[in-house]
Amino acid sequence: MTAVHYLRCLNGIVAREALRFLHQRGRFIAALVRPLVWLFIFAAGFRAVLGVSIIPPYETYVLYEVYITPGLVAMIQLFNGMQSSLSMVYDREMGSMKTLLVSPLPRWYLLVCKLFAGVAVSILQVYVFLAIAWFWGIEAPAYGYVAVLPALILSGLMLGALGLLLSSAIKQLENFAGVMNFVIFPMFFASSALYPLWRINESSPLLYQICAVNPFTHAVELIRFALYGQVNPTASLWVLGCLVLFLGLAIYGYDPARGLIARRGAPG
Amino acid sequence: MSSRSEIDVPAEELLTGDTASAVPALAVEGLSHSFGERKALDGVSFTIPPGAFTVLLGQNGAGKTTLFSLVTRLYNNRSGTIRVYGSDVARRPSEALARIGVVFQQRTLDLDLTVAQNLRYHAALHGMSGGEARRRIEAELARLALSDRAGDKVRQLSGGQIRRIEIAAALLHRPRLMLLDEPTVGLDIGSRQGILDHVRRLCREDGIGLLWATHLIDEVIPGDRVVMLHKGRVVADGTVEDVARAAGAATIRDAFTKLTGAGAS
Repeated sequence: MTAVHYLRCLNGIVAREALRFLHQRGRFIAALVRPLVWLFIFAAGFRAVLGVSIIPPYETYVLYEVYITPGLVAMIQLFNGMQSSLSMVYDREMGSMKTLLVSPLPRWYLLVCKLFAGVAVSILQVYVFLAIAWFWGIEAPAYGYVAVLPALILSGLMLGALGLLLSSAIKQLENFAGVMNFVIFPMFFASSALYPLWRINESSPLLYQICAVNPFTHAVELIRFALYGQVNPTASLWVLGCLVLFLGLAIYGYDPARGLIARRGAPG
Repeated sequence: MSSRSEIDVPAEELLTGDTASAVPALAVEGLSHSFGERKALDGVSFTIPPGAFTVLLGQNGAGKTTLFSLVTRLYNNRSGTIRVYGSDVARRPSEALARIGVVFQQRTLDLDLTVAQNLRYHAALHGMSGGEARRRIEAELARLALSDRAGDKVRQLSGGQIRRIEIAAALLHRPRLMLLDEPTVGLDIGSRQGILDHVRRLCREDGIGLLWATHLIDEVIPGDRVVMLHKGRVVADGTVEDVARAAGAATIRDAFTKLTGAGAS
């Protein structure tokens, strides 16, 4: 197996994920409607209630819609990461996971390919969302749309790796609904996606501490700064560290000698 | 050194083929595996020569799927060895897996994608180039007389056709060992026979070593090799005739009933 084989394999896995995504139009629309509802309805309603003072990276007062846009971008990636892991649990029950795992390429590599495929799909969703938001009047500087790409790759990988880790630990699909509730909602609400952390600190210092260590907060801040052409070193390091941790544990979970699949028996 | 050869094939039969046929397509030795307290496999040893159609016969829960999972390294074996044409699956997984083609019990094709898209994905997992994949897909579909269905979504195919496409997918990278786990479950008699005929031809024409797991005794015909599994142990191993004789039974069906307590299926 040479580098060419590895690349062809990556290409095949990403192509399959993209094809599946295009064929599931319902999934695409759902992935877009969710953040748009937040943007068009929730944000519009809260515009008057919540004032956002000038905090970096913003240089002027911003509308609430502008403030939550990076959070909604991260939400798209969070849902996408969970959804691709959901599909992995489904694949495992159906058998297509086995097809992937009997490839002669190393298993860690196959999982990383799968991760990249999910991230590629999530980035597609994010740009469509940002385009609609732009028409709604939420404009970032032009260079921000380019600068945000590496941030999206990093945050997408981190959230996808979290999904991968969960999929390695979950045996059946039924358990997954619970995980969606216990992972997605707490991560989203206990973060800086909807309100700045200083505001949370005013109402509850404990909640502030929780938000500050929530990896999702750092994904949101990474995207927020990148959208304005700035690098947030703390957020970048947090996201990178979590990526390494989650991916490492996921690879361990799928390891044929040690992981959960090996201990619990045949997947599916 | 103990010479525990499981091969009871006459020596001249081994030497008639090319020299490579002396290396078994699959050699399993002293394989045990437990899930917690439950012992799924207990000291399993057998070999499959290249070009032989070998039936892994056993009732549900005999350990067939566990054996398949270990051979395809979905998880590692902790005792015993599994060699595919001499390559140890645990030590050299890439080498071993490149030689194996697998058809799993569950459906593995993507229903919303076309036949060709599904097959291209399989080819990519083995690192095949686009051109090579196209040639191999055309050849395998032609062999199954399904060339005209390449552009159809898998959802539009019948159960038997889906199974045949899965076999084609498993053959794209020219494996030397095929593993099929109860591939005819849920198919009508006509499709079952079609698939069996196709697979037997593969063994004969391509010299592929093949392990066909089933609990259906009527899928075994005279001349086949049989490895009979019961509660995780090999209870019989050899040609249909040998197994029946050794069990003191008139037919392989009687031998199966006698050795595993299976009711007439």
